[in-house]
Amino acid sequence: MKYIDEYRDGRLAKDIARQIAALAAPGRSYHFMEFCGGHTHAISRYGLEDLLPANVRMIHGPGCPVCVLPIGRIDAAIALAMRPEITLCTYGDLMRVPGSNGSSLLKAKAAGADIRMVYSTLDALRIAEAELEREVVFFAIGFETTTPPTALALKAAIAKGLGNFSIFCNHVLTPAAIQNILESPDVRKLGTIKIDGFVGPAHVSTVIGTEPYEFFAGEFQKPVVVAGFEPLDVIQAILMLVCQVNDGRHEVENQYIRAVTALGNEKAQAEVANFFELRESFEWRGLGEVPYGALRLRPQYVAYDAEKRFSMVTPAAKDNPACECGAILRGVKRPADCKLFGTVCTPDTPMGSCMVSSEGACAAHWTYGRFREKARQVDVGRAVA
Amino acid sequence: MNMMIKAYRRKLDVANGRVDLSHGAGGRAMGQLIEGIFHKAFDNDWLRAGNDQSAFSVPGGRMVMTTDGYVVSPLFFPGGNIGTLAVHGTINDIAMAGAVPLYLSASFIIEEGFPFADLERIAQSMGAGSREAGVPIITGDTKVVERGKADGVFISTAGVGMVPDGLDLRSDAARPGDAVIISGSIGDHGVAVMSKHENLEFDTDIASDSAALHGLVADMVAAGGAHIRLRRDPTRGGIAATLNEVASQSRVGFRIDEDKIPLKPEVAAACEFLGLDPFNVANEGKLVAVVAPEGANAVLATMRAHPLGSEAVLVGHVVADDNCFVQMTTSFGGGRIVDWLSGEQLPRIC
Repeated sequence: MKYIDEYRDGRLAKDIARQIAALAAPGRSYHFMEFCGGHTHAISRYGLEDLLPANVRMIHGPGCPVCVLPIGRIDAAIALAMRPEITLCTYGDLMRVPGSNGSSLLKAKAAGADIRMVYSTLDALRIAEAELEREVVFFAIGFETTTPPTALALKAAIAKGLGNFSIFCNHVLTPAAIQNILESPDVRKLGTIKIDGFVGPAHVSTVIGTEPYEFFAGEFQKPVVVAGFEPLDVIQAILMLVCQVNDGRHEVENQYIRAVTALGNEKAQAEVANFFELRESFEWRGLGEVPYGALRLRPQYVAYDAEKRFSMVTPAAKDNPACECGAILRGVKRPADCKLFGTVCTPDTPMGSCMVSSEGACAAHWTYGRFREKARQVDVGRAVA
Repeated sequence: MNMMIKAYRRKLDVANGRVDLSHGAGGRAMGQLIEGIFHKAFDNDWLRAGNDQSAFSVPGGRMVMTTDGYVVSPLFFPGGNIGTLAVHGTINDIAMAGAVPLYLSASFIIEEGFPFADLERIAQSMGAGSREAGVPIITGDTKVVERGKADGVFISTAGVGMVPDGLDLRSDAARPGDAVIISGSIGDHGVAVMSKHENLEFDTDIASDSAALHGLVADMVAAGGAHIRLRRDPTRGGIAATLNEVASQSRVGFRIDEDKIPLKPEVAAACEFLGLDPFNVANEGKLVAVVAPEGANAVLATMRAHPLGSEAVLVGHVVADDNCFVQMTTSFGGGRIVDWLSGEQLPRIC
């Protein structure tokens, strides 16, 4: 595959790995958080961990849209979908996300709810056009990458005068979440981990650019390297982070120059700004309430806002008390530290959201990396001995 | 004067007609459908006898029997259709045991309104497939259900075959050190079907690899019968499901090398943008063989000499592993597990 295989070249990877091993100072540890699930997936899928020295550790961040959606929002969507007039359109990832009491959209569908899996917002729009007697609601989730398509769907619905189309908006914002990990009193109380730098988002940054990260790189003195989702992108970004840490720098650097600019896609940003505004606060699973960390429809589009149109309520709902998704999303715990991991919680029967999406830290570790657990236990044993 | 009045029967309008409920009602219309489409396509002495069952003689020894259901959507795809899949899939299930497939049955559940022309196309390709394989379809059944109660047509098959003397293939026979051989490129069928799936259509030249593998298997048995521990056709769930299944049944692990896995660039590209792992994508004309190390080279050479195994390659080995992990060295240089597919919402592929 032209333009893909080049970024998966094992020989180049080994070369960069050698440089990292040479530059990583033996006396210190390097903890880098890859914010995005796309990076987590690449790290696990290509076994990148095996190429890093022991003192360079990757912490999987909360950048998986499915994983950070709180249970209450799933419950609200299920309640909505159970109404006879509603057709709920959703991306496939959300179908198995566990709601309260073992519920999920998949189970609601089996129980008779009209839930359709779509591959794009335009599919949902097409359904609304074809079935004018149905109330078609698009379950919109995702970071800055998926918000512009939702804005465009809304724009098209308005242009076509589609009165039966609306949006259940759960779009969230990346910079706010990264900042929250570093400074929120909530997160501090819940426990956090020393992070020496961030592998910055790939697709998100194509939309927002690198500039939004400047503030906290300076404010919190943490280097950020925006990187693509291919494994060579990630390992190169790690090398760049190691160099920044060694030099005492905390800059925003762009590894993903083939797709990301400083200012991003301004046209997409303008479309988003036309239709969406900031929520004062929004709950993120694992992080708690994040101020200005999510979007809602502007008041003039209230007719297209499913939350208003159907007077939806988001019930307060708690995760399973044994589920460590929260601590894992903040990087405090590893997936295997959770008692549920691999016992009752697997990708087939997920208890927590990190086990649902292939981008979730637990699912990625279970699917690709769990063979390392035995080795790690042996290492620990050796250290104790 | 004796006068015989012959009952008038309107000809089956295969070009424009559709299946209606009367074609499943057990009356003349049903007889006409069976004769006009199925008997014509499968034509053999057993069917011409017109019984509800067919009798055949078998030599003494061990038999295998298998049954399979086909619900693929769409019904027609590049490289085949639900009918070819039914014939090849059933033959392959028999052949994987090293058995010689002898006879098939086919039962059709047809949705009211289904065009005769499509049904004929499916039946004709089943007839052609079974003749080519030398495995006749000797009995069958037809049911028609109301519109909306099926998706065009569903086919359910059964097949029987004879196991050659002295051959005993068990699913728990893989031993550490054994070689793992794949007969050719992976993921072709699944991607071909998905390329024609509604909501997902994309242009590609990839065709399904649907094929009957009993010829290849017969050659393998002749060349290295005693050394072949087991064989599987990696259909639903792909290579990943097959290797994991064998690993847990034999209580061993696998170590394979991503660089050695045959994968067509078009399939790799389609998987890339569909977000699929080719190891989880279905095949319908490939087999995985676990072979004792001393027989690996001979079996591999024999496979490569057969047109359906010309791209056969040794991709890895069986290792001792209490966790039964299928581990792979990635082309990138790291390690990963090749796991079962977990619950993804894929289209119906077989």
